[in-house]
Amino acid sequence: MADKPFIARGFHGRRAAAPPGRLPPGQYETRDFPVLSAGPTPHTSLTAWDFTIRGADDASPSVRWSWDELQALPHETPTVDIHCVTKWSKFDTKWEGVSVDTLLDAARAAGVANGAFVLAYCDGGYTTNLPLADVTGGKAWVAFGYDGAPLAPEHGGPARLLVPHLYFWKSAKWVRGLTLLPNDEPGFWEQLGYHDRGDPWREQRYRGDP
Amino acid sequence: MNEAIGESVATPPRLEWQVASVVSVTQETPRARTLVLAVPRWAGHRAGQHVDLRLVAEDGYQAQRSYSIASAPADGMVALTVERLDDGEVSPYLCDVVQPGDGVELRGPIGGYFVWEPAQRGPLFLVAGGSGIVPLMAMLRQRGRADVAARAQVPVRLLYSARTLDDVIYRAELEQLADASQAEVVLTLTRQAPPGWSGYHRRVDRTMLEAVSWPSSDEPNVYVCGPTSLVESVATLLVELGHAASRVRTERFGPTG
Ligand SMILES: Cc1cc2nc3c(=O)[nH]c(=O)nc-3n(C[C@H](O)[C@H](O)[C@H](O)COP(=O)(O)OP(=O)(O)OC[C@H]3O[C@@H](n4cnc5c(N)ncnc54)[C@H](O)[C@@H]3O)c2cc1C
Repeated sequence: MADKPFIARGFHGRRAAAPPGRLPPGQYETRDFPVLSAGPTPHTSLTAWDFTIRGADDASPSVRWSWDELQALPHETPTVDIHCVTKWSKFDTKWEGVSVDTLLDAARAAGVANGAFVLAYCDGGYTTNLPLADVTGGKAWVAFGYDGAPLAPEHGGPARLLVPHLYFWKSAKWVRGLTLLPNDEPGFWEQLGYHDRGDPWREQRYRGDP
Repeated sequence: MNEAIGESVATPPRLEWQVASVVSVTQETPRARTLVLAVPRWAGHRAGQHVDLRLVAEDGYQAQRSYSIASAPADGMVALTVERLDDGEVSPYLCDVVQPGDGVELRGPIGGYFVWEPAQRGPLFLVAGGSGIVPLMAMLRQRGRADVAARAQVPVRLLYSARTLDDVIYRAELEQLADASQAEVVLTLTRQAPPGWSGYHRRVDRTMLEAVSWPSSDEPNVYVCGPTSLVESVATLLVELGHAASRVRTERFGPTG
């Protein structure tokens, strides 16, 4: 749409030192690691923790990993830029985790009913929805390490989803599993007016954004 | 955006950018300022929601930030209160440069979880740190507009942590609410306290929360807003004190405490 921007009188801004092409529209670079979530931080012990992939209908088998079983899978250490819908971006964040591809391969092998969408579910009741294509092909991880240390609870530890090419609310904190769904189902923020997909480069912040 | 009003999930089909005009500015504290805005297409908001503000420079450079709405839904205008961060990009502009008659680009209202509706019965416990008072003030103001019977259904307590007494935003209005027994207001000062100060003089801690909050058995609706460090510690302590996590809603304003 021909949204002609309105010039703010006397606003010059503090030019981002960010290399061109690295900061999506409306974002600014931060060196902190801000925290955003809707409620208190859950604290789940590793012995009680597990990660499950299941199908939409109850008849589908599911696969479950304990903490130790997940740790035994091949680790990857992606270095990625992350973009939060509250406007901050952080460059070159270093993570450690297991690729969602690895987990989905195991789920397929175990006969979990496939679907074109996933709903990630978390401790604390948080959910977020993603097209399967956004969590496959080396684009998404279940991450448990950040910057060389275990992921802190306020940042989603023991484990969070990491889907860096979408706004960071899609990288669900305290993740405990994925449900494969035939149809898209809005998650927590998506039901509250946030965009269904959340591509920062298209500035898909809120429902109705292009 | 009209169809969104009154729905439990306020989600307009499309949040359009629009230019609001600054009607007035009020210095609230040495570091915080309220901007009252006339927004041409405003379908109303719910207490606790925020707007996104966009500033575009002559050469097209732009910055966006979120600001909570301080006014009650029935007030007929949108008031924002901005705390000036000395090394900030946007807040010094809003606190020093903007004057009545200027336009600012915004879209909203945004946010559907950190909201309070008068229909939510039960005690209301508000915990604010610094400018985190802003969305909570919208809740206090909305409750203040209700009749006596409706107010009696929703007793309210505010625990507000500020650096000094001079940094307490909306201080006169909060004192009036307290004097009129409309709300219990408890301040805690984390830096200097004035001579003779008899209130709390430390960061919010477990003992303070136990003393000020309703017991979890009263099932208060809790809203916590402020810097990340305060929100993290208060929300964790409240859950330890037995409050259901689902009843503790949080909004984190900034990365640092
Ligand atoms: C949903 C939401 C609602 C908000 N409501 C309000 C509001 O009602 N009033 C208000 O004043 N602010 C509010 N904020 C914060 C606001 O959006 C900006 O982050 C703030 O004004 C700082 O912007 P800036 O451009 O001046 O500083 P920046 O240039 O972004 O940052 C400058 C420095 O300050 C640090 N910093 C950034 N934000 C904060 C903070 N909040 N506290 C301490 N340090 C910080 C940064 O790390 C950096 O070092 C809200 C934020 C969110 C996400």
